[in-house]
Amino acid sequence: MLNDVAVVLEHMEGVLAEVSFEMLAKGRELARASGGRLVAVLPGHGVRNLVDELGAADVVTLVEHEALAHYTPEAYVRALAAALTALEPRAALVASSSMGLDQAGALSVRLGWPLCAYCRDAHLDGDGLSAVSQIYGGKLLAEAVVQGAHAICAMLPGAAQAAEGRAPGTPAVEMISPPDLVALPVRFKRLIRPEAGDVDITRESVLVSVGRGIQSQDNIPLLEELAHALGGALSASRPIVDQGWLPKTRQVGKSGLSVKPKLYVAVGISGAPEHIEGMRGAELILAINTDPGAPIFDVAHYGVVSDLFDVLPLLTEKIKSRA
Amino acid sequence: MDIVVPVKMVPDLVEELEVNAEGTDLDRSVMKLRINEFDEHAVEEALGLKGRHGARVTVLAVDTGDVDETLFTCLAKGADRAVKITGDFQNGVSSHTMAAVLAKVIAGMPHDLILAGVQAADDRDGQVGVLLGATMGLPHVSVVTGVEPAGDKAVSVRQEYAGGLVAELEVDLPAVLGIQAARQAPRYAPVSKVRQIMKTAKLEAIAAPAVDAGAGSTVRRLAKPEVAGRAEFIEGSPEEVAERLYAILTERGLVK
Ligand SMILES: Cc1cc2nc3c(=O)[nH]c(=O)nc-3n(C[C@H](O)[C@H](O)[C@H](O)COP(=O)(O)OP(=O)(O)OC[C@H]3O[C@@H](n4cnc5c(N)ncnc54)[C@H](O)[C@@H]3O)c2cc1C
Ligand SMILES: Nc1ncnc2c1ncn2[C@@H]1O[C@H](COP(=O)(O)O)[C@@H](O)[C@H]1O
Repeated sequence: MLNDVAVVLEHMEGVLAEVSFEMLAKGRELARASGGRLVAVLPGHGVRNLVDELGAADVVTLVEHEALAHYTPEAYVRALAAALTALEPRAALVASSSMGLDQAGALSVRLGWPLCAYCRDAHLDGDGLSAVSQIYGGKLLAEAVVQGAHAICAMLPGAAQAAEGRAPGTPAVEMISPPDLVALPVRFKRLIRPEAGDVDITRESVLVSVGRGIQSQDNIPLLEELAHALGGALSASRPIVDQGWLPKTRQVGKSGLSVKPKLYVAVGISGAPEHIEGMRGAELILAINTDPGAPIFDVAHYGVVSDLFDVLPLLTEKIKSRA
Repeated sequence: MDIVVPVKMVPDLVEELEVNAEGTDLDRSVMKLRINEFDEHAVEEALGLKGRHGARVTVLAVDTGDVDETLFTCLAKGADRAVKITGDFQNGVSSHTMAAVLAKVIAGMPHDLILAGVQAADDRDGQVGVLLGATMGLPHVSVVTGVEPAGDKAVSVRQEYAGGLVAELEVDLPAVLGIQAARQAPRYAPVSKVRQIMKTAKLEAIAAPAVDAGAGSTVRRLAKPEVAGRAEFIEGSPEEVAERLYAILTERGLVK
C-alpha cells in the first residue's frame, strides 16, 4: 500500500545479515512517519524459520521458490520485482551490499522507481522522501529530495542500530509466488569459502592495517616491524590485497573481514565506507594519513596528519627499545 | 568475443573537493579527474581475457571531460578500439541517464560481454553497470573478481560477498558485469607508448543519442559530513608525535 515501507532482507546460508536488522530499525522510523506498515520482504527457499526473528516488522512477505535457494541476481530481482509491484510501498530499503548492488539498480529500472545509493539516512516528512547519500569515498554527503510515489534506498551498513530492529514476536506471513523463474540466464554453481590464512585477523588484539599510502610492497616489512613490536599482525585495505602484496585473509572491510581489535592502526588508508564497515568497532583507532580531509579521521580516536615514513619508524624504535 | 568496457572519469579523491556556491554539486571547474579505479580493473580483465582466449576489446567513454588521454592509455595497453561519446555532459549526469546513453550506443556495436567498473564514488542514483544491464534487458552481476569463458555462450564469474565468501556463477552472454578486481593488478602503459599512440591512433567519436532519464531526485545540499567524534589530532615534529603515540599506547597497556 502506498504508505507502507518495505525492507528487502538479506541472508546467507540461513543467517540474516546484520544490515537487515539495521534496515528494519530505519524502516520502522519511516513507517511511523508515513503511517503505513513495516513490511519485511524475505526472498528465499526454506527460510520460513527466519520469520521468528522478524518481530520488528508488521508483516513478512515471503517470496518462496526453489530457484531462490542460492542467491543469483536475476532470480532474486525477478522475485523482488514481483513482490514490490504487489506491495507498492512508499519506500523500499535494500542493503548497500554485493547483493543489494545487483538488486537496487535493477529494481529501479524495472519498476521505474528512483534510487538513492549509499544512503546513510532517509526521512519521510511533509516534504516527502529525502535521503542522505555518502559519496566521494565518504568525503561528502548529498541530501536529495526524491520525486514520485515510490523510491528505493540502498542503505549503507552501519546507518542504523541493529538492536532496534530486533524484536520478539512472529509477525503474520503473506506468501507471494514469483513468476517465471525458469530459463534463468545466471546460474549458481558453488560457494567458495575463504581459505584459512596463517593469521586470523579477527582474533588479533592489535592490527596494523596498511593502505595504498604505503606506496610499494617494499614498505611492507617496515609496517610488519611495527605490528610485531606491538605484538599484533598486519591487515590491509582492499587495494593492497588486489595488488597481491598481502593475502586475501588480511583484508578488512565490506568484501573482506570485520575486525574488532583493541588497537587498530590505520596507515595510509583513506577510510572509504567499504573499509570503515569492517573496522569501526575497534576499541582504539589510530590513523596516520597525509590528507587532513581523509574520512578515516572521522572514525579514528587519534589522528596524525603526516607522512607515515616520518613518524612510524620512530614509534617502532621507541616500542622496541622499551622491550 | 567482443568485449566492451565503458570507462568513467571521476574526481581524484586525494585532492580537496570544492562544493559550488549553491551547495548542490561539486565545483567542476577546479576538479582534477582520473579514471575510476575499478575501470582500470575492468580494462585489465578484458585485456587478460583477450590474451588468454582472444577477443576484440572496445573501450568507451561518455565524455564528461578529460577522457582523451585515458582512452589513448587503454589503446596503449592493448585495447582494439576507443570510442568517445560526445555531448553536453560537463555539468555531470545522473547514472540513469548515463546508462540510457550507453545502452543505446552499445546496442549498435557488437557486444558479447560488457565489463563495467563495479561502482564509482559519485553515483548517487546507482551504479551504471547494473542500470545498463537492466536497461538493455541483459543479465548482470556486480562485485565480480574473475571472469572465464564457459563454453561459447556463457562465462563463469566470481561474485564476492561479506566475510570473504565467494560464489561461482554461470552467466549467459551477452551480459554486463561490474568488475571489482581483475585477476591481476592492472597493467601499466609507459608514457612513451601512450604518446606514440596519441600520434598514430585516432579516437572514434559518436554523438550521444537523445535519452529520457533523470535521477528521479534532486540534490538539496552537498556538504562535508559534520562528525561528532572526529579524531583528536596529534601535532608536532615526528619525534614529538611518536613520543605522544607511544605514551597513549603505554597508558592503555597496549605496550608492555
Ligand atoms: C563492493 C566493494 C567492496 C569493497 N570492499 C572493500 C574492503 O573489503 N576493504 C577495503 O579496504 N576496501 C574495499 N573496497 C574499496 C574501497 O572502496 C576503497 O577503494 C579502498 O578502501 C581504498 O583503499 P586505501 O584507503 O588503501 O586507498 P586510497 O583510498 O587510495 O587511500 C590511500 C591513502 O593514503 C594516504 N597517503 C598517501 N601517501 C601517504 C604517506 N606517505 N603517509 C601517509 N598517508 C599517505 C592518502 O592521503 C590516502 O588517503 C570495496 C569497494 C567496493 C566497490
Ligand atoms: N561517463 C561514463 N562513460 C563510460 N562509462 C561509464 C560512465 N559512467 C559510468 N560508466 C560505467 O559504469 C561504471 C560504474 O560507474 P558508476 O555508476 O558511476 O558507479 C563505471 O565504472 C563505468 O564502467
